[in-house]
Amino acid sequence: MAKITYIEHDGTEHVVDVKPGLTVMEGAVKNNIPGIDADCGGACACATCHVYVKEEWRDKTGTASAMEESMLDFAENVEPNSRLSCQIKVTDALDGLVVSMPESQH
Amino acid sequence: MSKPRVVIVGAGHAGGSAAAFLRQYGFDGPIYLVGEEPLLPYQRPPLSKAWLKGEADADSLALKPDSWYAEAEVALRLGGVVTEINRGAKTVTLASGEAVPYDFLILATGARARMLPIEGADLANVLALRTAADAEHLKRVLGPGKRLAIIGGGYVGLEAAASARALGAEAVVIERERRVLARVACTELSDFFQRYHGERGVGFELNAGVEAFVGEDGRVTGVKLADGRTLACDAVLVGVGAHPNDELAKDCGLDCAGGVVVDLEARTSDPHIFAIGDVAHRPLPLYGRQFRLESVPNALEQAKQAASAIAGRAGPTPEVPWFWSDQFDLKLQIAGLPFDADRIVVRGDPDTASFAVFHLKGDLVQAVEAVNAPPEFMAGKMLISRRTPVSLEKLADTAISMKEVAA
Repeated sequence: MAKITYIEHDGTEHVVDVKPGLTVMEGAVKNNIPGIDADCGGACACATCHVYVKEEWRDKTGTASAMEESMLDFAENVEPNSRLSCQIKVTDALDGLVVSMPESQH
Repeated sequence: MSKPRVVIVGAGHAGGSAAAFLRQYGFDGPIYLVGEEPLLPYQRPPLSKAWLKGEADADSLALKPDSWYAEAEVALRLGGVVTEINRGAKTVTLASGEAVPYDFLILATGARARMLPIEGADLANVLALRTAADAEHLKRVLGPGKRLAIIGGGYVGLEAAASARALGAEAVVIERERRVLARVACTELSDFFQRYHGERGVGFELNAGVEAFVGEDGRVTGVKLADGRTLACDAVLVGVGAHPNDELAKDCGLDCAGGVVVDLEARTSDPHIFAIGDVAHRPLPLYGRQFRLESVPNALEQAKQAASAIAGRAGPTPEVPWFWSDQFDLKLQIAGLPFDADRIVVRGDPDTASFAVFHLKGDLVQAVEAVNAPPEFMAGKMLISRRTPVSLEKLADTAISMKEVAA
């Protein structure tokens, strides 16, 4: 299990254990954490699972694919550390990961 | 005063999400979720795609894990059938005769697959694709060398055709109209999808009427067409649209018009009853009309509207309706609805399998259909919601980025 901290835009923290193999998005949705809607269920089709990856975790979470990049290009409040959480697979190496959420996904 | 009690009828994507949003929004009254299927709420879109191809399992389909419902104190009644709503007493009656009281009722009863009232429709392996049980059945009859006849060239049919090919099965799409996706997409897109599928071994019978399903020993073996030919097959998938399950609402006198009529809070003509998802006939403020939408984003938006109203908080920002479909290596993303459109602009070359079709009313984008073209989809969606005019020349010119077109 990897412990992942999700921080809502208002600062509320949720720390949950996520099974490796799931995505960071699925970890949030299955634990009913507000702020990650994931309308498309992980098809990289909607950009409603946008998160900011804490600086020290950016290497370990990898880089966005061309498809993800172009979705993020048009999302609101994008920062250099923006990712779509449906595209980050949870592994043991992500134990301790911290992500935060934008004000709105829509 | 005791806390209000919410009963949700229908444990699909809409019903399950309504329970989850109520808890996210701090609603702490009892929630009772009744569903006819024996399964916890799950995602239907993968059934014709990843799930059919064996790339997803039951756990990944589930909206929430088993344990969540107990933790969130959502009482589940799976395999439960509601037979009546008594608005006077504010109860719903289950098939068992039990009356369940509510303060707020959410109808999330969805839609059911339309079947063809023709000879042979009751033969084994004449299937629909709506539920996990349907998908399981379809998966069992597909495989290398098997032949699937698909009635209806809509999204379900085309997605199943692509999945069947991925599993090594033969697939033929039989469509009454002269093109696939006739009801939901423009000619440009229809032509593209038919060509793309054809190049990958999917057969097509267009302008084709289906007379009957023929079989042996109670199992389907062929589809008899109106022109007299019979196409041999091991299974038939009927994908010819869906009917809203609005009978409960009609029977108790709620306003219905091909779906349960609701407002922007997803409230029906009874202030204590909401209707969400595929069953709801909802306002589309961007297009100045009421419509019934069958999509996950719609189910989620209305689940939020109803949950917000019940929890006493401001409703969500209205969204542009949108849809997606995966077929082979194509990602189709559609934003908006082409109501009142008077012109079409194609951006990009369909031969490259990355292009978009914009539907405009004058210089306002009403809808965009984007194939492997996320910037066109995302920018198009933004343009639809902002109602800002756009230059048609720029829109058609791929040398100008969508950022600049939308600026």
